[in-house]
Amino acid sequence: MAERSFAKEVKKLRLGAGEVFHGEGILAITKGLLQSGVAYVGGYQGSPVSHLMDVLADSQEILSELGVHFEANGSEANAAAMLSASISYPLRAAVTWKSTVGTNVASDALSNLASAGVIGGTVIIIGEDYGEGASIMQERSHAFAMKSQIWLINPRPNLPNMVDMLEKTFQLSEASNTPVFFQMRIRACHLHGQFIAKDNIKPKFTLRDALDNPNREADKIILPPFTFLHEKQKQELRWPAAVKFITEHNLNEIIDDPKNDPENDIGIILEGGLYNVVIRSLQMLGLATSMGESKIPLYVMNVTYPLVDSELIKFAKDKKAVLMVEEGQPNYIEQSLNKIFNDAKLTCKISGKDLLPAFGEYSGQVTKDGIKGFIAKYNPALLDQDEQKASVASLSAGAISASELDTAIPARPPGLCTGCPERPFFAALKMLEKDYGEIHISADIGCNSFGTLPPFQIGNTIMGYGLGAASSSAFSSVKGKRAISIMGDGGFWHNGLTSGIASAVFNNSDNVFIIVDNGYAAATGGQYIPSSAKTLKEDERKARIQDAVQGVGVKWVRTIDSYAISDVKTLVQEAMTTDFLGPKIIVVEGECMLNRQRREKPVIARNIKAGNREIKQRFYVESETCSGDHACIRLSGCPSLTIKPNPDILREDPVAYVDNSCVGCGVCGENVHSAVLCPSFSRADLIFNPTAWDRFKYSLRQTVITALQRRRDRTRAKVML
Amino acid sequence: MSSHQMERPITIVISALGGQGGGVLTNWLVTLAEQCDYFAQSTSVPGVAQRTGATIYYLEIFPKSSVVDKTIPPVMALMPTAGDVDLVVAAELMEAGRAVQRQFVTPDKTTLITSSHRVYAISEKMAMGDGIGDSETVMRAAHEAAKNFIAFDMEKLAGEMSCVISSILFGAIAASGTLPFSRENFKDAIRAEGKMVEVNLRGFDAGFRAAENATDKIPLNEVSNITATLITGQANSPEAEALIKRINALPGTAREFSYAGAQKLLDYQDLDYADEYLGLLEGFAAEDKAPFDITRELARYLALWMAFDDTIKVADIKTRTERVEKYRAEVKAAEGQIVHMVEFMHPRIEEITGTMPRIMANMVKKSSLLTWFFKKFTGPRLLDTTKISSFLMLYFIASLKPIRRKTERFHQEFIHITKWLDHVSGVMTQDYDLAVEIIRCQRLIKGYGETHERGLSNFTRIMSVIDPGNVKAHRVAEFRVAALADEAGKTLENELNKSRS
Repeated sequence: MAERSFAKEVKKLRLGAGEVFHGEGILAITKGLLQSGVAYVGGYQGSPVSHLMDVLADSQEILSELGVHFEANGSEANAAAMLSASISYPLRAAVTWKSTVGTNVASDALSNLASAGVIGGTVIIIGEDYGEGASIMQERSHAFAMKSQIWLINPRPNLPNMVDMLEKTFQLSEASNTPVFFQMRIRACHLHGQFIAKDNIKPKFTLRDALDNPNREADKIILPPFTFLHEKQKQELRWPAAVKFITEHNLNEIIDDPKNDPENDIGIILEGGLYNVVIRSLQMLGLATSMGESKIPLYVMNVTYPLVDSELIKFAKDKKAVLMVEEGQPNYIEQSLNKIFNDAKLTCKISGKDLLPAFGEYSGQVTKDGIKGFIAKYNPALLDQDEQKASVASLSAGAISASELDTAIPARPPGLCTGCPERPFFAALKMLEKDYGEIHISADIGCNSFGTLPPFQIGNTIMGYGLGAASSSAFSSVKGKRAISIMGDGGFWHNGLTSGIASAVFNNSDNVFIIVDNGYAAATGGQYIPSSAKTLKEDERKARIQDAVQGVGVKWVRTIDSYAISDVKTLVQEAMTTDFLGPKIIVVEGECMLNRQRREKPVIARNIKAGNREIKQRFYVESETCSGDHACIRLSGCPSLTIKPNPDILREDPVAYVDNSCVGCGVCGENVHSAVLCPSFSRADLIFNPTAWDRFKYSLRQTVITALQRRRDRTRAKVML
Repeated sequence: MSSHQMERPITIVISALGGQGGGVLTNWLVTLAEQCDYFAQSTSVPGVAQRTGATIYYLEIFPKSSVVDKTIPPVMALMPTAGDVDLVVAAELMEAGRAVQRQFVTPDKTTLITSSHRVYAISEKMAMGDGIGDSETVMRAAHEAAKNFIAFDMEKLAGEMSCVISSILFGAIAASGTLPFSRENFKDAIRAEGKMVEVNLRGFDAGFRAAENATDKIPLNEVSNITATLITGQANSPEAEALIKRINALPGTAREFSYAGAQKLLDYQDLDYADEYLGLLEGFAAEDKAPFDITRELARYLALWMAFDDTIKVADIKTRTERVEKYRAEVKAAEGQIVHMVEFMHPRIEEITGTMPRIMANMVKKSSLLTWFFKKFTGPRLLDTTKISSFLMLYFIASLKPIRRKTERFHQEFIHITKWLDHVSGVMTQDYDLAVEIIRCQRLIKGYGETHERGLSNFTRIMSVIDPGNVKAHRVAEFRVAALADEAGKTLENELNKSRS
């Protein structure tokens, strides 16, 4: 079960023509797919499009009614390869993933897909993970569009436009026999808005139709000589067809100065996704209204690849200068503009990254400053106000300096959740490094990535999802101290089994490989993977990691419970020092606590309500004996293990404190024992609905204990200060 | 509505941590706006649950009465811009600080509503001493930057009302009058969302009332200013009375600490021990001069050192009546509920021999047979103090108090204490400030086992380089910071080397 359930929201997908859809961007896109008559959908989860996968998974019923197939693809490469069904059949298809990382993984299949071309509308919804909130290296998907000749849609971010553009994207794909990227930024995915729905459409041509009448076209195979033919088709047929479609259907928009002032001889060219921030910037400068009327003419590129030369030339022909607002680097579009204008012998000047930042997100502030700089350079008469600057300037008189504030505010990096099963594993590794010495550790993508952050800081490199095992290959034949690779179960099935483990067997690697099996693709929201089990019952698992690694020839495989910290430490040490030559695999098991709590909490609550005996555990720290050294926190980082001011006026250091969110996972206790910490930790076992025997034992014990305590209380009360 | 507001939407930033209900609050605001005939757009950059810290939600609302065609919404931004935010709502103080840092809060337009409570970041929690961020600076900066400022402890209020913090925030937003909607409109939004309506309305009302009283005030924790007032105490014997008198004879600024110290030592051992402490203190006070920093600091650190953490102290604390009460309240046990209290202990041979009289401890240390025997009692163990056997074991150890002064541990600690006090008296006439810093270095010695050994070793290393005339007081303060920078002691080593060279 995914972290967020859309079971209720997906009902909105049934809305018919004329009804108003209220909801999140990701759900609106799903509705758009159904309105477009899509035949099959799939993808791989990852922010910001994890929820799109969750929505699809939760809409099985509606999808099957419409005859739409949903595939939870094993990786982005799988998803891209699945699109091959649209090469020879008029099947509309959509897949989704996080970009650019997912696009990197998919790019082999994408190249071949783009080379062969499609006849069914093929849309790849990419969640462009760029700017604030991004979790990956900052690159542009634009490069992939250019190199493979896949069109790139970057729609104005409002729901009606996004849904409308999605429908047109299918048409563009079919008109030009080319797959199309549909790019959505983080905020657009989470945008709440509304649009007027249309009826859902069943695909005209079905997957069944395809299998009943297979269509084999030799020239769609990507082998020479056809590949040369494909390249020719791309340039001579598909590109012009796309440009024609874009022009005829006005996919790009020109927003002219309503007053048509001849003095107004400058313009702004922008990516569709930046439309709202550009309008807001102009508004702050008094040059646009809330409704989007702009004094400066705008050319809004809802299609950022290919460029439509004729439209650009027409827009810039009589202008003194244009500003290209293009986010990220390199500035591909700005470079192209120079070529296009030069060929057309235009005198129009082009500004872009000279006035706007060369890299990074185009927030309101930097966009406004860039636009202001452009106007100041080419038409300063238009500038008469800057509301935003005035507002920020009113701050400058403050008595507390920015640097004082920076020092006072601590950073809040991401971390593992309360009770996370990966925490004890990282604690064990940290303790091992203390005894054994530091180790080269290749980390991976997933929740386990957070092990590289404080308080553990375990891991030297992260090379990609499922590539943790492969990342230590350079060290695979070095004798003596071994390297460790860490990989999550999600990464393992994504590609780690083959890229890492099978390859390690083949190369006689002597390294240690640790696979953290929490039962889900947890970091992206708890989606199922092949080794997941709905109730974690062994017989319901589709595949086991241990079987898989043995299947590729691993001889040394151990499985261990992640919460058994001392045992984990001993086992890893054994793997590091054993005489066994060859890859050593340790599967560290512990179910994702978020998922486990989601499953168990309601059951326990029901049991308690029904009067059944239940024990709830949680931890407690004795303030009086806590030393204020926080060694326990340096081995944990659990959100529920926190600090509070020292209640003793003589002592200055804050004391550890367990807050109410503690789920009683036991890590604190294990750490106390394994690392010989202070005697401040205690586990409270709260008994609900005790049996008569429980109550009898308890009252008997309490009688004795209380009597002894009273006795000592009396002694103590004899002398007071 | 002024023409200015018509041109521009009302912009709202919400910053909340995982589990604080920022998403729910955003939904309420959207519903509220839409029910009042406004366009509303919200978006977020979410951390998934707790995993990425704070989530920033951004909303814009715009009156439908200001547009010609009510089916066409205005262009609304997807992210806040510095200097362009009307309302900033933060569910935690440092997140409010971050909004100020990013200049979302400006004196000409922004209402800032924040909870004053803290959710500590990992860097604050994992520090080897006190790593807590500076709330006061953040609070003052926030107050200064905002047009309207509302801050109070919403976490506490939410606890009292058994509701979530988001409903308190929603009430505070209503009370601030920043949005052009009535109190009833707000409540209708909660009703329309339909989830836990009663609880949320209760939280809303509590938040509304609290915000009315909190406007434009900085809620600061009461700073315990050291006062020179006389100690009254609650002495119940002539001997105790005498101690109170002696405390009051000490320099004024040292009284509060010395009273707390004497109380601590009475509780730790007996009245004689408190008497001994005061005797030592009086010795230093006689040589001290205004502003009597040495006496004050010594009152604090000597008490802490004399009440060192031994097994007797731990056992005593864990078997007390008031401990059980505190424990049950903190783990939220219901009246009469059975709660087992399972202690995690890991005694080492040092703890066992430390609790023995010196002669016996030496015998054990010398005899491999005895060491082997007593090692059987070491290692990790779980003691349920609600069970008679475990309780009796700890109760017995606590009852060893009368022989504490004869134990090996006591002997060892007093060797160090005496040396330290000698050091202070040796230095105080030559370099007063240096002597104060030497006293403060006691802070490094704390805890048990490895933590205690590390602290004592850092302390000893710092003491070894102290040389009046060559090492200035501020350097010793720097050494102390360095000693708390990393567990391996590398930072301290670097600092000490600088002084040696």
